[in-house]
Amino acid sequence: MDINTLRGITTVLALIAFIAVVIWAFSKRRKSAFDEAANLPFADDEIDQKSQGVK
Amino acid sequence: MSTETTYNYKVVRQFTIMTVVWGIVGMLVGVLIAAQLIWPNLNFDIPWLTYSRLRPLHTNAVIFAFGGSALIGTSYYVVQRTCQTRLFGGGLAAFTFWGWMLVIVLAAVTLPLGLTSSKEYAELEWPVDLLITAVWVAYAIVFFGTIVKRKTKHIYVANWFYGAFILTIAVLHIVNSAEIPVSWTKSYSVYPGTIDAMVQWWYGHNAVGFFLTAGFLGMMYYFIPKQANRPVFSYRLSVVHFWALISTYMWAGPHHLHYTALPNWAQSVGMVFSLILLAPSWGGMINGIMTLSGAWHKLRTDPILKFLIVSLSFYGMSTFEGPMMSVKTVNALSHYTEWTIGHVHSGALGWVAMITIGSVYFLLPKLFGREQMYSVKLIDWHFWMSTIGVVLYVVALWVAGIMQGLMWRAVNADGTLTYSFVESLEAMYPFYFVRLIGGGLFFLGMLVMAYNMVKTISGAKAVNDPIPQAA
Repeated sequence: MDINTLRGITTVLALIAFIAVVIWAFSKRRKSAFDEAANLPFADDEIDQKSQGVK
Repeated sequence: MSTETTYNYKVVRQFTIMTVVWGIVGMLVGVLIAAQLIWPNLNFDIPWLTYSRLRPLHTNAVIFAFGGSALIGTSYYVVQRTCQTRLFGGGLAAFTFWGWMLVIVLAAVTLPLGLTSSKEYAELEWPVDLLITAVWVAYAIVFFGTIVKRKTKHIYVANWFYGAFILTIAVLHIVNSAEIPVSWTKSYSVYPGTIDAMVQWWYGHNAVGFFLTAGFLGMMYYFIPKQANRPVFSYRLSVVHFWALISTYMWAGPHHLHYTALPNWAQSVGMVFSLILLAPSWGGMINGIMTLSGAWHKLRTDPILKFLIVSLSFYGMSTFEGPMMSVKTVNALSHYTEWTIGHVHSGALGWVAMITIGSVYFLLPKLFGREQMYSVKLIDWHFWMSTIGVVLYVVALWVAGIMQGLMWRAVNADGTLTYSFVESLEAMYPFYFVRLIGGGLFFLGMLVMAYNMVKTISGAKAVNDPIPQAA
């Protein structure tokens, strides 16, 4: 196979991989899982408030 | 209270305090060598204090001592808090702290002595390289071990960025440091000629991409939402941001070798990937800044948030400037000039240092059971000193670099050079002076921070927060 054919195929595969990631990330199915994950920094908020004596 | 019921904040405290200490040391060396460029006598004719030896000390100190401590420290905090479990590996975390400090001390001794492998940002000789490898493997075990034993279902996006940073730096360090020792203090790279240059800049640019970018983006994805008290603007965008950024950065290195013996096609690959990088970089920046959407008023009153958001503005500026400078025709003007130094510092001071400073101001009170820093007013002072300092620094070197590039390429009608090299050097003096003032201001800001830190810590009790127990 010509090296340039291989380069072309690699570029197309990279594009497909990128589009796949975008479709996966923005699919409805992932929404609730991502919403949960996005709130992880706040999941243990109460301990900050306790240790700093904030009421 | 048994240790497994609390987070390991001790190692976080150690790294956080040393972040400020090494920041001051590294930037002080930077200010000194900036002054040496104006007054060469400031090396006092002592070989250990010459520019050539202090420059690598400055870069190693700010990147690996200041930046490294910040990254390891914050990653230990973030991974524990978002996985709701104590650090994995018991005493291994303490080993990473003392091991990393030993690496820094060895660097501070060997570089002024002139012991160097002469690879930029990888100057340390082979015994230190081995120690770095040991510490880094331990760090990876602690970090990924903590993720494996997490109590939460998901792995928060910040940990993905920290994880990519840890893995990639391990690979980069081992490949680029492959060397044959000829004595305890001297080794030679296993790669020949141009291949060595390409391996070096594959390492060098990914040190920028993964050490100075991915790691600090991990910081950004945790501390900006926490300080703004709202989740990141788009978690979906952050996922795309992650995969696009890490798969693109890997190929941008050849832009450091434009118009060299590197094959032309490899230079073009580097340039194209650098241009593509603009998209994920700006996607991440917008994601961070838009987290404040609907809460912009917080920027008016909260200097920590100012640090975090302005750092993203500098990130956006330097990730626009970088791809532009990687275009071959622009590079023909900018390469080897002060413009490059200006670009690096807009990223290093504006982005890396400012996101770190903001995160440290967030962390310190939490680690010592205080509601907030000793003085919020001083944080505001620090913010303005840093911002004005960076702007002076960067603008001075933009002007200097472009002038330098134009003087070097100017030719007379008969084909001879219009300016001698010394003439172009002489033209730099006023800009070197403005750069010194800018860098000096940034350094003074770090002293304000140190004072604020000491005041916050003194009389305070170290706090180790309890781990939430599953209901």
